[in-house]
Amino acid sequence: MKLISAIIKPFKLDDVREALQEIGVQGMTVTEVKGFGRQKGHTELYRGAEYVVDFLPKVKLEIAVDADQVEAAIEAITKSANSGKIGDGKIFVSGLDEVVRIRTGETGSEAL
Amino acid sequence: MKSLMCSFKNHRGLTGLYVLMAGLFVPTLAMADDLSAGDTAWMITATVLVLFMTIPGLSLFYAGMVRSKNVLSVMMQCFAITASMTILWVLFGYSLAFGDGGSMNGFWGGFSNAFLANMTVDSMSGTIPESVFMTFQMTFAIITPALIVGAFAERMKFSAMLIFMAIWVTIVYAPICHWVWGGGWLGSKFAILDFAGGTVVHINAGVAGLVACLMLGKRKGYPTTAMPPHNLTLTLIGAAMLWVGWFGFNAGSELAADGTAGMAMAVTQIATAAAALAWMFAEWMTHGKPSALGIASGAVAGLVAITPACGSVGPMGALVIGLASGFICFKAASTLKRKLGYDDSLDVFGVHAVGGIVGALLTGVFSATTLGVFSGQGLAEGVNSIGGQVFNQSVAIMVTIIYCGVLSFIILKVIDVVIGLRVSEEEEIEGLDLASHGERGYIL
Repeated sequence: MKLISAIIKPFKLDDVREALQEIGVQGMTVTEVKGFGRQKGHTELYRGAEYVVDFLPKVKLEIAVDADQVEAAIEAITKSANSGKIGDGKIFVSGLDEVVRIRTGETGSEAL
Repeated sequence: MKSLMCSFKNHRGLTGLYVLMAGLFVPTLAMADDLSAGDTAWMITATVLVLFMTIPGLSLFYAGMVRSKNVLSVMMQCFAITASMTILWVLFGYSLAFGDGGSMNGFWGGFSNAFLANMTVDSMSGTIPESVFMTFQMTFAIITPALIVGAFAERMKFSAMLIFMAIWVTIVYAPICHWVWGGGWLGSKFAILDFAGGTVVHINAGVAGLVACLMLGKRKGYPTTAMPPHNLTLTLIGAAMLWVGWFGFNAGSELAADGTAGMAMAVTQIATAAAALAWMFAEWMTHGKPSALGIASGAVAGLVAITPACGSVGPMGALVIGLASGFICFKAASTLKRKLGYDDSLDVFGVHAVGGIVGALLTGVFSATTLGVFSGQGLAEGVNSIGGQVFNQSVAIMVTIIYCGVLSFIILKVIDVVIGLRVSEEEEIEGLDLASHGERGYIL
């Protein structure tokens, strides 16, 4: 099992959710986050006072999938979140030791 | 009104003029038939409009520009000023400003009408009841100190603020008000044109604000830390309320529902629109984007600048005054402040003092009847040239700057020594909402 964390542009969230549902992903966790990468921040100007805003709003998705679904999930996110412009985000993939469904006590792939 | 120097062009008979003047300075029991129902109805409305400028207008305008941890503190300060100035005005402020000071009348109005001792249901001020005149003037004594709040926002002790405002309105606002409008020496010796309060209200508040922000020092972290406005929608709503309410301020200053009041309304609208656009385009060209804060600030700058002028300039004069004030105040708020390094948090000096000075000087120009399409309704009585009028205007400006500047400094110095002006560093970081008032503006 793998845990996929994807940082994407907020307005792409619906497209990404649809793409992941199409390939059979059963659930996800979404968090509003802030950060910067190559896109850097932006500047704001108030009565001549310029402020550099370093951290831009992004959305972080967390999806737990079976190892055989990882490639498809990555492809779905990459395609649907791509606007072709700098700041589209990143996908991080890490190992996942255990999953437990709280209601039934099921574990592993059955709990996904 | 505002008084002698503007009354000359009233469209009323000489008798009416004398009644008005007599009524202004020595409120008397008058015949019931002196009362104009039209004037009275308009002045009650105008009074409410001017109160509307402070709470909610100015409160919201300022509230949006501070950081979210200080939003309540500025609204609270405006609210508390409204209440406390009301009480001071009826106890002795009105008497000091508009009473008859006898042999000292050139300098102050004395205490003869303290506690509103002479005001009854029947006492008149011109064609309106004195109670309406007193309340109308009260709303001016409320908004002037409230304007100063923007200069020391986010760092002044609430108690120090209350004491400062109480003393300031007593020994700075009330005397200057008396000198210009109440029959004192400035108005009677120099024939100045200040219809609705360029000197008395705006230059006065702007200079006091500059002195206050210099005395208090910069906010912690200024100018290296970002301190962007926390909610510009509030600021835009507040600016819109100021614009609407200002018709009470300017057109109401005629103290009657007549042609001068109508023209004051028209030129106020013209100058405000011109200044809003001037600031917007100047910012667009300088910084690349037209900002909402910019157009709102420009509108306020235009309102300030047309204030002294609105009883004596014409529509095209107002257009020029608006354009000039929008552009110059933009420069003052965005460039001058940075260069000089003072922390006038919400640009009280840059907008109100600078706008007030631009307006007061240009009033001396565009009131003239010799400028073709840019002509106004005439210079003050006894003044024959634009140069002479501009000189008189400069005297009023300088007197206001020096008197207000020096006395504001002394008041603040004394308060600083006795109880301190500033909240502690810890409280400033925490935010005045929690530190001073034990509340938060937003619980989300």
